[in-house]
Amino acid sequence: MVSRKANGFSGVKRELAKYLLFTLCVLLAPFAFLDSYLLNVLVFVGIHTMLAIALNLLLGYAGQISLGHAAFFGLGAYLSGVLTTTYSWNPWLTMLVAAVVVGGMAFAIGFPILKLKGHYLAMATLGLGIIIFIVFNEWVEVTSGPSGFSGIPNLQLGQLVFDSDLKNYYLVWCFVLGCVLLSVNLANSRIGRALRAIHDAEVAARVVGVNARLLKVQIFALSAMISAIAGSLYAHVMTFIAPPSFGFNISVELLTMVVIGGLGSIYGSFLGALLLTLLPEFLRFMHDYDIVFYGGLLMVMTIFMPGGLVQGIPDLFRKLLNLRKGKGGNHA
Amino acid sequence: MLDLQGITQIFGGVTALNDVSFTIRSNEITGVIGPNGAGKTTLFNIVTGIYQQTSGRVLFEGVDISGIPAERLASLGMVRTFQNIELFGKMTVLENVMVGLHSRSSSGLFACSFKLPWVLKEERRIHDEAMEWLRFTGIDELADVTAANLPFGKGRMLEIARAMACQPRMMLMDEPAAGLNSQETLGLAELIRRIRDRGVTVVLVEHDMELVMDICDRIVVLNLGQKLAEGTPREIQENHEVIAAYLGDDD
Repeated sequence: MVSRKANGFSGVKRELAKYLLFTLCVLLAPFAFLDSYLLNVLVFVGIHTMLAIALNLLLGYAGQISLGHAAFFGLGAYLSGVLTTTYSWNPWLTMLVAAVVVGGMAFAIGFPILKLKGHYLAMATLGLGIIIFIVFNEWVEVTSGPSGFSGIPNLQLGQLVFDSDLKNYYLVWCFVLGCVLLSVNLANSRIGRALRAIHDAEVAARVVGVNARLLKVQIFALSAMISAIAGSLYAHVMTFIAPPSFGFNISVELLTMVVIGGLGSIYGSFLGALLLTLLPEFLRFMHDYDIVFYGGLLMVMTIFMPGGLVQGIPDLFRKLLNLRKGKGGNHA
Repeated sequence: MLDLQGITQIFGGVTALNDVSFTIRSNEITGVIGPNGAGKTTLFNIVTGIYQQTSGRVLFEGVDISGIPAERLASLGMVRTFQNIELFGKMTVLENVMVGLHSRSSSGLFACSFKLPWVLKEERRIHDEAMEWLRFTGIDELADVTAANLPFGKGRMLEIARAMACQPRMMLMDEPAAGLNSQETLGLAELIRRIRDRGVTVVLVEHDMELVMDICDRIVVLNLGQKLAEGTPREIQENHEVIAAYLGDDD
C-alpha cells in the first residue's frame, strides 16, 4: 500500500516535471528563432495546439468524433472580430463572450447530436461545420462574406499592444500553457477517468453510475469553448479573417493532428500540431509536390505508428537501441 | 427489498415472461435458475432498465424503477455485473475501480480542470477506497496492470470490485461463474458470501447448480417464462415440478 501511494505521488511529480520542461522549452524557443519567419509560424503552432487539445479531449478521451470543429474556431474568431470592430467592444471581453456563447451553443446542440454514434455523429458534426461555414460566407452584412473581415484590433494589456510576432508568440503560448495545464488536470481526474470509461465500455460505465450522456455533452461544450478562445486569439493576432480558414479542410487537418500526435495524449496534440504546421513550411521547395510527401508521410505514420508520435517516437528509440545491442552481440 | 409484480414481457408474438411475481428479501443471496430459454436474462434486463416490460411493476425499496436509466440505478443503490465481463480495457485495474466511485464523488469539470483544493482530497479518498475494494476481492497486487491484460477469472473479480465501489445495497450478477474454473468458482462463492455479509443483497442468475445450491439462501425457478417454484435450496431440490423441468417429464 505504501509503495502504491508513493507510486501515485511519483506519477504526479512526473506530470509536473513534464509540464515544467514543456514550459521551459516554450519560453526559450523564441531565442532560437528570433526575428525569423519561423517565429510567426510558431504562433500558429500554438493556436493549432489549442485546437488539437480541444478536439483530443472529445475524440481521444470521450471517444466522440467531430468533423466540424473548425466551425467553433471560426465562431470564436468572427464573434471577436465583429464585436470588437463593428461594435467596438473590449477585445478581452469579447474573448470571454465568444467562449461562453460558443460553449453554450455547443452544449445545446450537444444533447441531440451526441445521441448519435460513429458514422452518424461524424455526419452530423460535418453538417454543423458546413452550415456555419455557409453562414460566414453568405451573411455578408455582418461577416463581409468571402472577401474576409479586416481591421480587427490587436489585444492590449495596459500600454502593451500585442502587435509583433514576438509579443504574439508569448501571448498565444501563455494561453497554450494554461490550456495544457487544465487539460492535463482534467485528464487525470475523475472526469477524465469517466470519459475514458465511456470510450472503452459505455454500458458498463453507465451501470456504475457515470452519466455518459451529460458528460459527453459537457466535454463537447468545453472543447468548443477552447476552440472559440483559439479563434478569438487568431482573429486578434491576424487582424484579418476569412471563411477558408474555418472550412472543412481545417476540421480534417485538426483531426489529423490529433491522430498523428496520439489519441488521448495532451502533449501528443502539441506534437501533432507542431509537425503538421511546420511541415508545409519546410516543404515549400517542393512546390505543388509537397502534398505527395505529406500524404505519404500520413500513410507511413498511421501504418507504423498507430499510437501516434507520442508513443511512436519512444518505441522507435527502443527499437534502435535493441538493434545496436543486437549488433554488438553479434560482433562479440 | 426488490418486488416484482406481475412482470410480463412480450417480444413480437413471443411471450418471454408471463405474469412473474416474487420478492427478493434484503441481506439474502437469491438465485434465479431455470433451463435455457426460461426467461432469466430477460428478467434481469428488465430489472436493470435495459428492457422496458410489457406490463407489471418493479419496485426497489418501494420505489417503482421501471424506465429509470441505468446510471440512476447506481445512485439508488443497485448495480449489476455482466455475463461477458465488461471492463474498461485500456485503463488500469485500479482506475477501473476508481470509476466505480464516480457516483459517490462530485468534483465537476471546472473544479477538476483547476485542481481546486477539495479535488485533491477527493481524489485521495477515491484512490484509497478503490485500493480497499481491490484488497477485498484479492487482486490488489494487480492494481497497475492494464485491465485488458487480465486473465478472465481476475477480470471477473475486478468487475465485482468495481461494482462494490458503488457501495450498492443490491448487486445483480449475470452468470458470475461462467468461464471460471472450479478453483475460481470456490473463491467466487466465498466472495459472494462476504459481499452479503457486508449488507449487500445479492441476486444471481446462474447455471452452475453446485454454486447456486451452495450459497443461495433462496432460489426462484423459472420455466418457459413462468415462475415454477420458489424456496430454500433444499425445498427446490425436492420439488417434483423442478426436477421434471430439468430432467424432462415422464408423463
